[in-house]
Amino acid sequence: MTVIQKKADHPIAHLTAADIEIIGKELDAIRDRVIADRGERDARYIRKVIKTQRTLEISSRAVLLFSLFPPAWIVGTAGLAVAKILDNMEIGHNVLHGQWDWMRDPKIHSTTWDWDHVSPPEQWKHSHNELHHRYTNVLGKDNDLGYGIMRVDEDQPWHPMYLGQPFYNFVNACFFEYGIAAYDLELGNNLKNGKHKDPAFRARARAVGRKIRRQVLKDYVLHPLLSGPSFLSTLAATFTANLIRNLWSHSVIMCGHFPNGVETFEKTSIEGETRGEWYLRQMLGSANISGSRLLHIMTGNLSYQIEHHLFPDLPSNRYQEIAPQVRALFDRYGLKYTTGPLPKQVASAWWKVIRLSLPNRRADRRQPVAPAPLVSSGTA
Amino acid sequence: MTTTASRRPQKVSFRDRLLRLAGAVTTPLLPGDYLDLVAPLRAGAPLRGRILAVRPETRDAATVVIQPGRGWQGHLPGQYVRLGVDVDGVRQWRAYSVTSAPGAADGRITVTVKAIPDGKVSNHLVRRVRPGTIVQLDQAQGDFVVPAATPGRVLFLTAGSGITPVMGMLRAGLPDRADVVLVHSAPTRDDVIFGQELRALAARGVLRLVERHTDTDGLLGVHELAGLVPDHLDRETWACGPVGMLDAVEGYWESNGLVDRLHTERFRPTVITPGEGGTVTFTGAGVTVEADGATPILDAGEQAGVLMPSGCRMGICFGCVVPLREGAVRDLRNGDLTTAVPGDGVLVQTCVSAAAGTCDIEL
Repeated sequence: MTVIQKKADHPIAHLTAADIEIIGKELDAIRDRVIADRGERDARYIRKVIKTQRTLEISSRAVLLFSLFPPAWIVGTAGLAVAKILDNMEIGHNVLHGQWDWMRDPKIHSTTWDWDHVSPPEQWKHSHNELHHRYTNVLGKDNDLGYGIMRVDEDQPWHPMYLGQPFYNFVNACFFEYGIAAYDLELGNNLKNGKHKDPAFRARARAVGRKIRRQVLKDYVLHPLLSGPSFLSTLAATFTANLIRNLWSHSVIMCGHFPNGVETFEKTSIEGETRGEWYLRQMLGSANISGSRLLHIMTGNLSYQIEHHLFPDLPSNRYQEIAPQVRALFDRYGLKYTTGPLPKQVASAWWKVIRLSLPNRRADRRQPVAPAPLVSSGTA
Repeated sequence: MTTTASRRPQKVSFRDRLLRLAGAVTTPLLPGDYLDLVAPLRAGAPLRGRILAVRPETRDAATVVIQPGRGWQGHLPGQYVRLGVDVDGVRQWRAYSVTSAPGAADGRITVTVKAIPDGKVSNHLVRRVRPGTIVQLDQAQGDFVVPAATPGRVLFLTAGSGITPVMGMLRAGLPDRADVVLVHSAPTRDDVIFGQELRALAARGVLRLVERHTDTDGLLGVHELAGLVPDHLDRETWACGPVGMLDAVEGYWESNGLVDRLHTERFRPTVITPGEGGTVTFTGAGVTVEADGATPILDAGEQAGVLMPSGCRMGICFGCVVPLREGAVRDLRNGDLTTAVPGDGVLVQTCVSAAAGTCDIEL
């Protein structure tokens, strides 16, 4: 991946400014159609997912009270892992996006929701909804590109520190929820810049501390204690469930913006960006995962990352319904709709992490031209 | 006398400890979130009710039988209850008079709903809702009630669904010797809600019933009352019906200097008329600004120095969501209107919403 403006075969060079605005209008129309039709069916869907998640979580934890018995350990751990994945992805991520705020149910609302995760919802909403979704794939603006610890784009300058990034990425995958909390807190930057004494930062750090304490108390103290003689095996089970959830969500999220075919953008390219251009950046900056209905639910429909980035506030169950329309629009305007099965996309993202741990020739040396504006004006 | 200010030791009951422990086990959810799966009407849950049956009354009215949750504290005859009903997936709150007598052995209550044209909730309740549905409830409220010392002579003046609170009072039973007149208007004889029951009460001599069928006889004017109920001004009067009727009745009693004897019930105290732009009040900050129909409320508030929560400023991050207590806003992206009256619990994204009339923002 090289910032789009420096590519030899600039993938949007064939679009005029007018084309881009028409694409924007067509996407607005798709959004309006879903909103006009949004209703009871959608409400029933999210309530069913929430009910399933809660039933699965409580029954898995009940089974784990007898985790000394190996089949109970296996069933309980698997169930709890699935429950945690549903909580974080199809429910938590999407409710916190405000996808269900329209129901006006105070119990399923972005302002009241909390999740089975160590990052407090307020902080996650800021770094994810506000920064990542607004500045998607803009180098220097969207910290999701490499999470501030990795080099995932040829245009990020290389540093010997990046030699270890395959290892950091693996560790991050195993403890992903803590990685997200540290990321939402901008821990690295704040420590480096000596802002750790800033009262606002300290208040946020305390909020993370409280959340971690509650999560650890539940998973690693109370639930094992309630299991009595199964204390140690339940401890192992909750740890394993958290590990599975972390590895899974890390893999899915890597597939959203890191695989081959996804474009990145220069900071200057978004100055004065129109709505159409914003949409276009979301179209080119995201990648989907193809697969079964179950896969889509287990990824929180982030397998429809392109649709999600275009319409972050539409109910997640609608992404698969609008995907054919979105894809047709890509085809009509000669744009690349990046998608692939999970193993292929995960491999592609990992390969990039490994490849870019080593220095490469900067793209601007290969292509010594001034960065083109995002929209090549009047070339039609 | 001297006392030493001593802090009373905070006594934490065993139940509280247990609840706190349960909360630590279920975090980030509350134990109640799990209990809601199996016992949504239990004691301690947010007040809800289960619809048990919907019985048609007339061609456009129906009685909804509700089993309230354990937290229901009962009602006084004539009071109303606010119902939170999910219509097309969106929670809508409406107030309906309780039409059953208090203290039913099975704890059930009824409300009677008339479907009004374009009425989202009333049409849903009359025609579509299915038994088993859970609705949200508030405790009964309202002071349209008969005082403990019931006056000897009573006039009820009702029209359409305005009969509902009065039916609640009649079913609760007025003292034996009370002299009750009910003047009720409805388009036709068949449109009289509780028609059979009222006529039976009249036949038994419990009350005198004057029915006015407005399709054939026209609307009842206040000045006709003198002919129908000659001593109407001597009676303690309860009136409930459309806004126009209540305005006329209030004006008439006022001009006779007898407002003390008149009690009225208005179900739609605030009528929201959407327009372009309007006066926006930030109730917490105590700031009021005029905003046009193209300015996001976020910008209007910030320009007036209100500390507004904000985020992406393009409608995607939901970082600016605040409660719209009352009023109307228009979505700047697609022109959709959102209206709210107090208690609706409507939240809006200020970065993509402009005032569409007077708005109170809770901030």
